[in-house]
Amino acid sequence: MTNISEILGQIKSTSARSVVEAAIKSAKEKSAYHALLSLTEERALIRADKVDAGLIGGKLAGVPFVVKDNFLAFGAPTTAASKMLEKFDAPLQATAVEKLEAEGAICIGKANLDAFAHGGSTENSAYGPTKNAVDMERVAGGSSGGSAVVTALDIVPFALGTDTGGSIRQPASFNGVVGVKPTYGTVSRYGVVAMASSTDTIGVLTNNVTDAEMIMDIMSGKDERDMTTLPDFFKPITLAKPNQKIGLIRDFMAEGVDPEVREAINNYVDKLRADGHIVEEVNLPMVKYSLAIYYIIVPAEISSNLARFDGIRYGLRATGIKTLAELYGQTRDQGFVTENKRRIMIGSYVLSSGFFDAYYLQAQKARTLLVNEFNELFESYDALIGPVAPTVAFKLGENTTDPIKMYLNDIMTVPASLVGLPAISVPVGSSKSGMPIGVQLIGPRRSDAGLLALARSMEAN
Amino acid sequence: MTQITRDDVLHLAQLSSLQLSEAEIDGLQTDISNILGYVEQLSELDTSSVEPTYQVTGLQNVWRDDKVINYGVNREDLLARAPESADNQVKVPKVL
Repeated sequence: MTNISEILGQIKSTSARSVVEAAIKSAKEKSAYHALLSLTEERALIRADKVDAGLIGGKLAGVPFVVKDNFLAFGAPTTAASKMLEKFDAPLQATAVEKLEAEGAICIGKANLDAFAHGGSTENSAYGPTKNAVDMERVAGGSSGGSAVVTALDIVPFALGTDTGGSIRQPASFNGVVGVKPTYGTVSRYGVVAMASSTDTIGVLTNNVTDAEMIMDIMSGKDERDMTTLPDFFKPITLAKPNQKIGLIRDFMAEGVDPEVREAINNYVDKLRADGHIVEEVNLPMVKYSLAIYYIIVPAEISSNLARFDGIRYGLRATGIKTLAELYGQTRDQGFVTENKRRIMIGSYVLSSGFFDAYYLQAQKARTLLVNEFNELFESYDALIGPVAPTVAFKLGENTTDPIKMYLNDIMTVPASLVGLPAISVPVGSSKSGMPIGVQLIGPRRSDAGLLALARSMEAN
Repeated sequence: MTQITRDDVLHLAQLSSLQLSEAEIDGLQTDISNILGYVEQLSELDTSSVEPTYQVTGLQNVWRDDKVINYGVNREDLLARAPESADNQVKVPKVL
């Protein structure tokens, strides 16, 4: 697997142009995976030439990367994998993209996702699913499925993703790459298509922990254009804290979880112990409610955030309509996939008068109970670990007929999202069938650098 | 368990500004009933003395100066993205 320092070496010994051309060629050769919705070839090559001419510099000068197609970025439409934004040319770029470009990185294309990031398999993309990097009959995971696959296939050394309830961690686990969902507020979301504003985060997928640390270091920090951003606290830590106390979440290791997944996690626990860390089983009883909390709060926020897609100012507008109500109604019917509609309507339901207290308010109170349980554990533990998902990547089409079955796949990733905690997915092995398995490390708020240092120290084993 | 009727689906669609096609209504009726049935398990929890958590930033009252910031986007850029425009304005169908 290629890493950023190798790519920088190649740029030095050849040119940024040849490295970027090779990445684009690789993307074209691997188009059967359907990991990318578009290439930004023309703009990428112009920037590569500028790097070679010494006009663009920085820590990532000439390094190719991919963004999930819900980041506003120049060079190709920003579709969010929807028909609503099929032809939408962004008038500006996301802060995260601007920061990477300021360090000389070169975006070569835009990755597939579930439309508006609603889903966990990329099967909700309006343009068809992405195939798993290891087995093309299986899902890439999602919603950042395209980003995980372009990284796993070595097309680029890193790709940006968004994680609202597991959308970076789960595809990272399914394709055998590192995925970082930072503390809520670490990276500006300005210029990224909003899904659920109280849990949306920006993160990265890479082939190793060191690269993830480098990219997070560049992207993190306060942005006046996103009032939820925290002052920059992320600084990579050279050596992991020794003799950590780590809690293995028992509720994530229950009977329903694939035995091969549990075995891989237990092996990782053994290695942590061999490295001098103390690992103890801990309970998080509220975990069993976290999916119900998530599937109330997130649809509620989605119904609000997606109200802006009205066919008036930008994006799709239905034709052959007579009234304004028809314009809204038909534009939204044509521009959204069924999962978008399902979530918007659930959101409308839980927010409507008469149901608000029983659903939305109760979910926000239950969220407090979940927050309290995590806070208590972090008084005694440095980090928590468990699987990322109950299974390895499932077959394409296996879960598409039953939304709840699909949602259940998120059960181990939504708790950290609801509480705003940093959580990372690191490859720890594979099943007998060769499918990758990831371990999830969860830490207290702002412990991102410590979690990554721990993961890096274990990578060597 | 919550049973969502066909009329409920149409009402939710209206609240959501969605003109659903016939083909989607039945499936959504089943799915929404099932999802609401699933999330109803939260009613088991005693939350009578619990405050809601609406956000997890730990931030409060983030102030900024009241100054004009140049976002590098002008009126022409934005109007060019509207499906229809005329005389420097976005054009929409008649409301009344």
